Amino acid sequence: MAANAVETAVRTGRLTRALIYAALLVFAVYYLLPLFVMMVNSFKELDEIRGGNMLALPELVTVAPWIKAWNQAQIGVQPTGLAPYFLNSIKMVVPAVIISTLLGALNGYVLTKWRFRGDTLVFALMLFACFIPFQIVLIPMARVLGFLGIAGTTWGLVLVHVVYGLGFTTLFFRNYYAAFPTELVKAAQIDGANFLRIFYRILLPSSGPIIVVTVIWQFTNVWNDFLFGASFSDFDSQPMTVALNNLVSSSTGVKEYNVHFAGAILAAIPTLLVYIVAGRYFVRGLMAGAVKG
Amino acid sequence: MSFLVVSGLEKRFGAVEVLKGIDISVPRGGFLVLVGPSGCGKSTLLNTIAGLETVTAGEILIDGARVNELHPSKRDIAMVFQSYALYPNMNVAKNMSFGMEMRGVPRAERQQVVARVASMLQIEDLLHRKPSQLSGGQRQRVAMGRALVRDPKIFLFDEPLSNLDAKLRVEMRTEIQKLHQRLGTTVVYVTHDQIEAMTLATVIAVLKDGVLQQVGSPAEIYNTPANIFVADFMGSPSMNLVPARLDRANGALVVGLERADGSTTMLPLHRPSASVEAFVDRDVILGLRPESIDDTPAADADGAHRHPLEAHVEVTQPTGADTLAMIRLGGREAVARLRAETGARAGERRRFMVDMSKAVLFDPETEERL
Repeated sequence: MAANAVETAVRTGRLTRALIYAALLVFAVYYLLPLFVMMVNSFKELDEIRGGNMLALPELVTVAPWIKAWNQAQIGVQPTGLAPYFLNSIKMVVPAVIISTLLGALNGYVLTKWRFRGDTLVFALMLFACFIPFQIVLIPMARVLGFLGIAGTTWGLVLVHVVYGLGFTTLFFRNYYAAFPTELVKAAQIDGANFLRIFYRILLPSSGPIIVVTVIWQFTNVWNDFLFGASFSDFDSQPMTVALNNLVSSSTGVKEYNVHFAGAILAAIPTLLVYIVAGRYFVRGLMAGAVKG
Repeated sequence: MSFLVVSGLEKRFGAVEVLKGIDISVPRGGFLVLVGPSGCGKSTLLNTIAGLETVTAGEILIDGARVNELHPSKRDIAMVFQSYALYPNMNVAKNMSFGMEMRGVPRAERQQVVARVASMLQIEDLLHRKPSQLSGGQRQRVAMGRALVRDPKIFLFDEPLSNLDAKLRVEMRTEIQKLHQRLGTTVVYVTHDQIEAMTLATVIAVLKDGVLQQVGSPAEIYNTPANIFVADFMGSPSMNLVPARLDRANGALVVGLERADGSTTMLPLHRPSASVEAFVDRDVILGLRPESIDDTPAADADGAHRHPLEAHVEVTQPTGADTLAMIRLGGREAVARLRAETGARAGERRRFMVDMSKAVLFDPETEERL
């Protein structure tokens, strides 16, 4: 990898190099500025924010806004803070990610290793699902959830996200498994492994990179989703994003910017964590198959 | 009594006919090599024997029992794949014992069998490595080990040596041969390399476009090819195919080769078959192996079938063991295999001796041997 980098890098002079770094630095600052503002102001007293410079460091550091955002702020009827909604999101995201990833892997496995008449058409239709705007499925989905009797529940949201994510997860796994040698499947068949055994003994253990990609992708999308959360949840199943919106855009009382900032960061922490922990596999996984070795 | 019988086998993918009525049988302990150019259906045929492909028509018998409907794992076969197909997530020992695990063999016995086969193939040191940590030759050994632990009725090899470099390929070829001699298990082996076919096989089956061209021992295939395709495909350099005319001179059958100056060289046929008679005064194609043309003096022991011939030498190619000479014969380029220390030089006219005892004749229209 390092050798490759040396070979492919264009040799540049000191001045060009300095310009490149300067440009990169400007962009990095530009992108990090909002996070900086949120971070700094979430540790300030409200008065300090009102009276002063948004970019200044806090004169008096306080964690009160964080505590308030987490479990005291008035959201909906009760002053519960974001904590219960955080839990709602976890209860929704974890099963949705696991189920959609597993189903995507299974789909990819069947579409590449157990091909059947019309499999490309099926795949094309599933790909099509990636391009359907959220808004279009709202009403049909509401009907389906009502019919199944899981409207307004966390499981209803799980179903919505699994169905919506399936197009993407199938795409990821299909392309990954397309490069997976079919001879391995044949060898396992001769060894006497059946359909599911081949899947979880041979293919799944070799799917690390693409599982990471899919999990990051699905986790980020499901966690950050607002529209489905706002449309299909009840008070007791609202995800974090909806609660954050309710916190920030409530029309009564004082605008507590420091609490809002803290809440927004709280809402972003899980996706950040997932990306930091698994991120190095993300790029590797996206590149898998594109470059040999 | 044949151990493996393939009869009337047909395979169709949609409208494409890949195998068109294949009949082959191999005795117990035989070494069948399926050979042919790429796309001839040899790998498909192997896959149908393995059970990885279904058949459209026909029957496959192993040890007297019909296996058409049996799952690959129930046919008591083991297969070595071209890419070796080692499970990347398992170490060598796990790779070898996976099949036994699937069949419910107890752990202690699995370890015992793996240890025995590993020592036979000298891969004991590799048992705890992953396939990615092995060289090509080591992977090849492990792939064979995985087949060996099964102790199957038939070994199936799908171009097992084609991913190795030339030197290693020859080594592994010998190794496979020794293994076959030692175990005596029936083998079906697919290759596009005619040298592998000649050296390993007890029975060779030559395929082209899904049609079986000829089945026979290596000597039969080499000396009496059924048609021009087989003659051309087997042997390196391949057989010289020269347009000629069949005639009768002094009561004997002769083939006449046209020379550049318009005159004809007459070569008497050695023990012509009855079917040749019908071609008197007609065009034929004369097939001569390169080693049937040389430039040693006529006074050799079996000089009776050897006849002199003058030809123009275009180039010479010393290979070390012998020297190949490209000569003009009947208006075509032909190859002669000469001694290494031959005095033949490019550009000269030279006297060659043609050994007619191994010459074959083909019908130019049907391309079948006469």
